Amino acid sequence: MAGDAAIITFEHVDKFYGDFHALKDISISVREGERMVICGPSGSGKSTLIRCINGLEFHNSGVLTVDGIEVFEASRSILKLRQEVGMVFQQFNLFPHLTVLENLMIGPMKVRRIAREEAERTARKYLDRVHIPEQADKYPSALSGGQQQRVAIARSLCMESRIMLFDEPTSALDPEMINEVLDVMVELADTGMTMVVVTHEMGFARKVADTMVFMDAGEIVETASPETFFTNPESARCRAFLDQILDH
Amino acid sequence: MLSKIRKLHWLDWLVLALVLGFFGYVWWKIEGSLNYNWRWERIPNYIIRYHTVREEWFANVLLQGLIATIRISIYASILALILGTILGVARCSANLTVRMLARTYLEFLRNIPPVVVIFIFFFFLSQQLITALNIESWAREIARSENRAVWEFFFGDMRRFPSLISGVIVLALFESAFVGEIVRAGIQSVPRGQREGARSIGMNRRQEMRYIVLPQALKKVVPPLANQFITLIKDSAIISLISVQELTFKTVELVASTRMIFEAWITTAVFYFVICFGLSMLFRKLEIDGAKRG
Repeated sequence: MAGDAAIITFEHVDKFYGDFHALKDISISVREGERMVICGPSGSGKSTLIRCINGLEFHNSGVLTVDGIEVFEASRSILKLRQEVGMVFQQFNLFPHLTVLENLMIGPMKVRRIAREEAERTARKYLDRVHIPEQADKYPSALSGGQQQRVAIARSLCMESRIMLFDEPTSALDPEMINEVLDVMVELADTGMTMVVVTHEMGFARKVADTMVFMDAGEIVETASPETFFTNPESARCRAFLDQILDH
Repeated sequence: MLSKIRKLHWLDWLVLALVLGFFGYVWWKIEGSLNYNWRWERIPNYIIRYHTVREEWFANVLLQGLIATIRISIYASILALILGTILGVARCSANLTVRMLARTYLEFLRNIPPVVVIFIFFFFLSQQLITALNIESWAREIARSENRAVWEFFFGDMRRFPSLISGVIVLALFESAFVGEIVRAGIQSVPRGQREGARSIGMNRRQEMRYIVLPQALKKVVPPLANQFITLIKDSAIISLISVQELTFKTVELVASTRMIFEAWITTAVFYFVICFGLSMLFRKLEIDGAKRG
């Protein structure tokens, strides 16, 4: 399903927060249409890795290329890049002063300079796609967590991005709402979208991932196909982690 | 009300008695030793008066002053809000030079007595501005023109327009620093995730500020800004020092010409109190209603 052209490439990327070495010599690439799931214990650098991709954090050394654009702090192309890369956050980060529809329309209208009517049409289309067309005129605070996260996914989709990043999209949700969000993500995966997902939802990973990545202490410890990853992981650290989160 | 009175402890009664006793003593001193001649009956005439020749009521000095104070406070607030918002945004700027300039302005205002600030602004800024823009002759022109009624509704006597404008500018510059700090606090109270959300859909810093951060920040700063507006009304008394004809200045004049020291100042104090306390009550009510609506 995934093509051969790499759309995201990390080459020997390092990232520091002061003295703390958050990413250690990361080299990895994501092909167009590939679905990559990153897991690992908290503090292992998964979120930092994904946030580097759309320039919410900047790496200190090495080369990171996304969709042909090199990512670095002073880059003038970073705004352009962010339009191509959608991001879904753990805490949704919807705009509370705007209605659901306005949340979806503000990016296309102000950033892509698309006319209101067309932006609204697109917004309603994607609101249908995430199965909450009836919530269009409500404010985010009136929605459940699961609904808010689906709006957040729709907001990214409205930018017609080619890559979607998910930073623990279900971690802040009540258990009964996790599936409605994962279902939307599975449907999205079926459209062939390039996805990089940081999550602990191993059921989801098994279902959609082309590649599993395990990170620990700022390093990529293991990269494998889901079959190998879940049945026969190479490293002891990965096996220990999987034992912890799967045996419940 | 009655139930509240019953809740008073005997100590409360003692304190109340002491306070009343103190005022009674002051009263007795004024009455007895100062031999002060109270002329309260003349005060209403200085507020509003009947013109016997033109046969109409007109606002006399105190009411004129009050109206001027209200006008100045409203215009200065609007200007201070604009300047303060710019200042608040500048304080959160990514650019170090901009941040430092804003900080310098703020620290100057915070660490120089208001009276000195007012004089500096008056002589160095608004005076120069008024001369440079030739406002004086422009205002005189309008005072003679036909549609002066409209102008006078908004700005009072147009011959005093330059003085009014410099008062507004000086007061606005002074208050903008405090408005700026309120706005900055508002901006910083918007969660970081909001900025990241804005950035993740490709907004640049300006769009992020304008469409996402500022609308949320301004909503949060309405209550402190309302309080700042009340403070501004009180602070406006200070511009009487640069001869702006507002309530305090008019009272000084009235006292100088009539020697009704106590009556005039008490009346003026009541004016300020009624306006500021009234607004404070109003804002509190609006805030409670707003909170109820969610």
